[in-house]
Amino acid sequence: MDFTLFVQYGPALLRGFGVTILCWAAGCAIGLALGFVLMLLGRIDWKPLRWTIRAYIEIIRGTPFLIQLFLLYSGGPAIGLRLEATTAGILGLGLYGSAYFAEIFRAGYQAVPKGQVEAALSLGMPYGGILRRVILPVMLVSTVPAIVNMLAILTKETVVLSIITVPELMYEMQTMAAETFASFETILAMALFYWLLVEVVSRLGRRFEARVTRFLSHPSKTTRPSETTSNARA
Amino acid sequence: MKFSVIIDALPHLLGAAVTTVWISLLGVMLGQVIGMLVCVARQSGSRAADMAGGVYVSFFRGVPLLIQLLLIYYMLPLVGIDVPPLVAAIGALSLASGAYVSEIYRGALNAVPHGQSEAALALGFPGITIWRRILLPQAFRISVPALVNELILLLKASSLISVVGVAELTRTSQTISASNYRPLEIYLAAGLIYLAINGALALFGSLVERRLQQG
Repeated sequence: MDFTLFVQYGPALLRGFGVTILCWAAGCAIGLALGFVLMLLGRIDWKPLRWTIRAYIEIIRGTPFLIQLFLLYSGGPAIGLRLEATTAGILGLGLYGSAYFAEIFRAGYQAVPKGQVEAALSLGMPYGGILRRVILPVMLVSTVPAIVNMLAILTKETVVLSIITVPELMYEMQTMAAETFASFETILAMALFYWLLVEVVSRLGRRFEARVTRFLSHPSKTTRPSETTSNARA
Repeated sequence: MKFSVIIDALPHLLGAAVTTVWISLLGVMLGQVIGMLVCVARQSGSRAADMAGGVYVSFFRGVPLLIQLLLIYYMLPLVGIDVPPLVAAIGALSLASGAYVSEIYRGALNAVPHGQSEAALALGFPGITIWRRILLPQAFRISVPALVNELILLLKASSLISVVGVAELTRTSQTISASNYRPLEIYLAAGLIYLAINGALALFGSLVERRLQQG
């Protein structure tokens, strides 16, 4: 195996890694924000809206990520949506994540003890205040484990973006493999690299998790990652 | 949007969907076997077996499936095994699934009360009988919901094997939309087929679960 190849292709690989990080960070940000909005909208007591949100979540969770990407990137132009590969990739990752994050937030919202909300209500707090000062802090802390798990899953999903030609790390690696005929070596290096990356993301997440949940006397049981994100995998 | 495009393509898509389903079923069944073996090996008390199992589970859960797939696809010819892409794809799906299934079984085994295997030991049951008659049947029943979920996950993940050219649902949609330039309609149809299969599987899962709870 010829390791000088990795030096020769170093700049391209680094650039690809940059794109991977960009897609991941932007996709996660969109997913978290949109997921939160979906959760809030889903609490409005108007059936058509609830059904629409439910349908959105079930459709995203019931179809492969790759099909969603193809629809967005190849199917988009037919309805006037012309996106560059990277933009489509980020948007796709964000939409995909939003359905799972919405479910995580929903479980987190339900885990907030009713008595706390009722106490705030009886003290005359406005709903905005209750949401901001009572519900959100409790909810966010209890959802951290599930969110961390989902962020790690989305790290792995970024690899799929290479199929719609987003020039991220996997794409650059495959270009390198094709040009040098060293397919097995590059893929093996790639596997080890992602193994490490996902491990680092999960470790950092667990450390963060321990930090924000350390003052909880009883960690929330309702938002175990296995339950809320059990339908996602890369 | 032209719905006639979907209707024209439907026979091909449904045929490909059948391929997707049997590949996923095969993947999950082989995954069961691998997962159970790994789980038993890890609980057997041998430290080497536990470590090997741990590395296997960590690798196949940590590395993206697409990379595992390409790794197996490129590795087999190097070691002199020349197999069609389909076999490499099923192999990759089973290995990935096995890692998750072994964790499902581990959780289920922990849910079987410890006193039962202790009682069996005290009664002089040999180890293999304890596994076969007491632990595994109960663990299997506990793990049914998770296993159905695993099948749904694998069905979605199987779209990735389109990359090595296996003519399953995703690959077939790609081929069709490349020839009729109607990606929107074709991918929508493919998405709906995936959704329908997953819906049916989820329904089947809750039926089996209810049945097992009664029995």
